[in-house]
Amino acid sequence: MARFTTENEAIAREIISRYPVARSALIPLCHLAQEQDGHLTDDAMQHIGELLDIEAAEVLGTASFYEMFKRHPVGRYVVNVCTSISCFLMGGDELLEHAEERLGIKEGGTTEDGLFSLEGYECIAACTEAPCLQVNYRYFHKISHEDFDRLVDDLRAGRRDDIPPHGHLHQTRQRIPAERAAGVARPDDGGQPVWLRDTPALQDSGSP
Amino acid sequence: MITDAQPIITTRFGYDDSHTLERYLATGGYEGLRAALRKPPAQVVDEVKTASLLGRGGAGFPAGVKWGFPPANVWPRYLVVNGDESEPGTYKDRQLMERDPHQLIEGILIACYAVGLSQAFLYVRGEMALAQERIAQALNEAYAAGYVGKNILDTDFSVDVVLTWGAGAYIVGEETALIESLEGNRGMPRLKPPYFPAAIGLYQKPTIVNNVETLSNLPWIARNGGEAFAALGAETSRGMRMFAVSGHVNKPGVYEVEFGVTTFRDLIEAPIYCGGVRGGKKLKAFIPGGASAPWFFEEHLDLPLEAGAVGKAGSMLGSGAIVVMDEDTDVVRACHRVVRFFSKESCGKCTPCREGTAWLEQILARIIDGHGRPEDVDMLLDICDNISPGINWPPRQTTICPLGPSAVSPIASAVSRFRHEFEAYVGGPVETTVHMTGAAYTASPREMAGA
Repeated sequence: MARFTTENEAIAREIISRYPVARSALIPLCHLAQEQDGHLTDDAMQHIGELLDIEAAEVLGTASFYEMFKRHPVGRYVVNVCTSISCFLMGGDELLEHAEERLGIKEGGTTEDGLFSLEGYECIAACTEAPCLQVNYRYFHKISHEDFDRLVDDLRAGRRDDIPPHGHLHQTRQRIPAERAAGVARPDDGGQPVWLRDTPALQDSGSP
Repeated sequence: MITDAQPIITTRFGYDDSHTLERYLATGGYEGLRAALRKPPAQVVDEVKTASLLGRGGAGFPAGVKWGFPPANVWPRYLVVNGDESEPGTYKDRQLMERDPHQLIEGILIACYAVGLSQAFLYVRGEMALAQERIAQALNEAYAAGYVGKNILDTDFSVDVVLTWGAGAYIVGEETALIESLEGNRGMPRLKPPYFPAAIGLYQKPTIVNNVETLSNLPWIARNGGEAFAALGAETSRGMRMFAVSGHVNKPGVYEVEFGVTTFRDLIEAPIYCGGVRGGKKLKAFIPGGASAPWFFEEHLDLPLEAGAVGKAGSMLGSGAIVVMDEDTDVVRACHRVVRFFSKESCGKCTPCREGTAWLEQILARIIDGHGRPEDVDMLLDICDNISPGINWPPRQTTICPLGPSAVSPIASAVSRFRHEFEAYVGGPVETTVHMTGAAYTASPREMAGA
């Protein structure tokens, strides 16, 4: 239930530095907070507001629009079963029903041990691989009921360390080395880019 | 017609390490960037205009023309890459981001060089963790190798490409909503005019918003020339294009085919593509271009995947998503499932969409639950008419963006073609009401579309 750790605050500042206007970092910072705490806490939003020089209420105002941001604790594994049209045609509803039975919770619920949350989800762009689901936004294609049971067993037994706890998205962060950075283009300091002229940027005559 | 035209943007998909710089460089990677940098920027724009590359996001606007929109002498200009793929049925941009991120980055650099864009933001859908990871890795590699950032390939062309990511909202795929989201706001579309972010976009500055697949074509065009690209395809639809075919077919998949000449029948029935409707069943209906598109039926199978022809027949190719329903499909439930999506994803800014899509969903749910009344179908159409007056194609709008009217397409399609299935659910004949204008749900689907 926390503000950013020192380490995460440094990451937050690095993210902010890439945008011409600090507020553009709002969504990535909310993700960072969720990675740290598993969900998006009031203290984190307060801290994000301070870093972006806006009110915490403005952070909440934006964050509450987006369904990936959880304002309350959720399971270590958030299971999103797709029930949009392509998955619906291929058994997505039955898969969701099976998941409800297997986990003993209804769509929207969390298991008592805090391990699983279950959601019926809209299209996750795996339509040719229906029915599909995500666990913490990692894809599982063409999932049979037996596949689902195995997956749950593996997660319970701690055999899927390739799936980090809820809140963690990409595991590699973008790094722009200072000596390689072109620099942000601030909206108020615009001149015509130097390369935009009538001659090519690359003058060599090597093979194309 | 099935042609032997070779793929352009899915060529590396067969390699396990297709996402790495090493594989990319071994297969012609960043040669398009070199070719582009050997020309003055204006000539690169001309190549893309010659190619007649249509935007692959859904609206199908010519990319070269869009690039010409930024007003002269207003700087800086930005590039925003739309990687927020989430239209139901659509599955192509995620593959391009996960499996060939360098190709996309190279396309971004070519666009920035050509149009004079000073910074690029690559907005990846929040739910796509692997795509974000692959792009972060690829950018880190590309920066280290001198392809991105300061003095690219030792020239004075310098641009940063920043990975940014969303948090779950379909509407952010609408370009002005995407810009709002990138500015740290709720992802609600902006009031028009101004119609084009290319004039007033991110931070109120000229901003080109291009789709992932659109940009992924640029390295090939830069290497091979616009004319080579325009030699592929037909009429208003040039080049190759990715189509995702899902639903009741034997081999659902994503296929890159020659745009404009391949037909729906080719894709759905040919053994090298989907191999026909599953289990030898008959086709009942198919969605030709994502959930927003009016449905097509058996008589449309021989239409080419060509924007003009599909538009004239009353639908659209949209985001290249074909969803096939066989004869056993309960169309009332299928219709509800599509409408539910738009109801959930309405951003709430415009009343006809916010209230209308929710009412449509509730009425359809009531019908499915067995509590429907014969007049419910009239009510559905009345609400549709309020969201999109006349229920026609292309749709008129009472809303800022097309999300609301998108919920009208499945209802108009299903009711006009399968009225008896609705009648079976509501237990009585369905009458249309007099104040509903247009022939939308009394005529055939072709007439409905004004074809």
